[in-house]
Amino acid sequence: MAQGKAVLVDVTKCVGCESCSVACRLYNELPPEKTGAEKHELEAGQWTVVQAHTVDYKGEKVRRFVKNQCMHCLEPACASACFAKALQKTPEGPVVYNAKLCVGCRYCILACPFDIPKYEWDQVFPKISKCQMCLSRVAKNEMPACVSVCPTGALTFGDRDAMLKEAHKRIAQAPDLYANYVYGENEAGGTSWLYLTDVPFQQLGFNTGVVKKPLPGYTERVLRWTPGIAVGWGALLTGMYFYNRRRGEVEKEEQGKKKII
Amino acid sequence: METKQGAARWRFPLTPTRCVLIALALLGLALSAYRLAAGLGAVTNLNDHWPWGLWIGFDVLTGVALAGGGYSTCLLVYVLNVAKFKSIARSALLTSLIGYLLVLFGLFMDIGRWFNFWRPFVSWGYHSVLFEVFWCISLYTLIQLLEFGHIATEKVGTAKLHRFFEKILPVLFIIGIVLPTLHQSSLGSLYLIEVGKLYPLWWSPFLPLFFLTSSFFVGPAMVMLETSLSGKVHHSTPEPQVYNGLIKVTGFMMVFYLLLKIYDLVSRGVLNLAFQNTLEGHMFLLEMLGGIIIPLLIFAVPAWRTSRTGQVVFSVLVTAGLILNRMNVVFTGMSRSLGGHYFPSFIEWAVSIGIVALGVLVYLFVVENFNILPQGRDVQQEKEGSTRAAA
Repeated sequence: MAQGKAVLVDVTKCVGCESCSVACRLYNELPPEKTGAEKHELEAGQWTVVQAHTVDYKGEKVRRFVKNQCMHCLEPACASACFAKALQKTPEGPVVYNAKLCVGCRYCILACPFDIPKYEWDQVFPKISKCQMCLSRVAKNEMPACVSVCPTGALTFGDRDAMLKEAHKRIAQAPDLYANYVYGENEAGGTSWLYLTDVPFQQLGFNTGVVKKPLPGYTERVLRWTPGIAVGWGALLTGMYFYNRRRGEVEKEEQGKKKII
Repeated sequence: METKQGAARWRFPLTPTRCVLIALALLGLALSAYRLAAGLGAVTNLNDHWPWGLWIGFDVLTGVALAGGGYSTCLLVYVLNVAKFKSIARSALLTSLIGYLLVLFGLFMDIGRWFNFWRPFVSWGYHSVLFEVFWCISLYTLIQLLEFGHIATEKVGTAKLHRFFEKILPVLFIIGIVLPTLHQSSLGSLYLIEVGKLYPLWWSPFLPLFFLTSSFFVGPAMVMLETSLSGKVHHSTPEPQVYNGLIKVTGFMMVFYLLLKIYDLVSRGVLNLAFQNTLEGHMFLLEMLGGIIIPLLIFAVPAWRTSRTGQVVFSVLVTAGLILNRMNVVFTGMSRSLGGHYFPSFIEWAVSIGIVALGVLVYLFVVENFNILPQGRDVQQEKEGSTRAAA
């Protein structure tokens, strides 16, 4: 389990019963769902939602349900962006949030390529709100609460490499059914949540434009230069400072000599 | 006689403009206190689509760049020893110090869990660009306060203390150039992780270099703007050749900036995006034309460069262009991928305007009570000379 645990979501098997989001709410003791929430979207206190999509597919209107939650990137941009280590990738797989360390800068929200972290805007001291992939359960090798209640087998939990293998096996066994793509295999360098579907991903609200390389690398490549620049530039400035000061003194001395003459 | 001198020691004449500034500053401070008590969501229009708004975009990202006059002037005057810029050095350093204090204030307003502001000092998220920015800005503000200690102890404190500051000044200057070099570029690096989100006209692997270069070239323009404004009030305008020299410094840096920009856009194959009929394209062209190309024309024509009007137009355009650039990165370039709506609330505006008003008041007070502007310094030196002669 070099890459930790993962969940495979098979959209073709989901019937949109919402058992998963109820289990999430109960297990994580989240506040009750806001009544009259028309939009079914992630928000503070709503770590996972099932979104219904009606799409044209092979000449007919079909309904598909997509469970939404944090993708738990292998190299998460949010954790890389956090300057207080409040967000961290655990070896087990989940990317978890520690409110005790959080300053509330919201750089993680901006950094996330999947727009997942939400903020408790109605609080005086807001926390970041996102799926923790039930770390305490996963650490004991138990499946996350949402997976444990899924009645249709749309959610499968296991080691990430096993889940990837399973996804490709399903595609190979039913190439006419599935789109030949595992979303999350390479998105943002790979994620711990993987998706299979029959309808093309972009029709189901997936951001198919996500960069395939791990995002932290973009900043690391630049940050790596920091100590060198600090020392080199400092040394150069010191050299120039003393050189120019000495030159100024010499000029003054010469002017003084001329005056005497 | 003694007491009279004591009373005359600090002066701050109240004019109608200053009364307005004081009112704005007080309103801003009162609303800031309210924001700390009520929380971000209650007073701002920020939301999950737009986690960063006016306070980060203007107060922090633009504020730090506009305060870049401090380190660029420091480099020119104290390290490269360019004598003609010496007359403006102190006012540039002062503006920079006030600018950074305002930035820290703005940053404090913007963090949601402000009681935790000190966490990154102990919980090192060193992989974050924000970590470097946070440390550098904090340390640099400290360095600038110490630099100001040298000026302040001319008037208050003991001669011994003044000599101490005099001695450590070279160290402060060098650290005070290294730190801004790091964090000015890092403010650009903040957006490297927005790859795929920030519009390609602004996202670039060269973002840190663009932010660094532009903060360096806006420095002299800001110094020109601010000395010519405060010069009117304090009857101390620097000589024309000083401005001429500043325009040259800015101009050459801008040529480098423009060439790098063109190279970057062409090599990534996105130059055509600038000429498509989109909001992003228009804003980008406006930024480049108004903030870079027209100022470069003024720079290139000696008659314009040396005229007073030309110099004022130049510095206004360069400064406005930089503000537009930062706004484009934070707002225009992100709007397509973030979705949703954001426009700053009344309190966000009032706090931003209030702290700028506070900054102007502090600047005026310090200029009128310490040796900042060239004229005042000459007077002081003359006084020192005459007392020394008398002794």
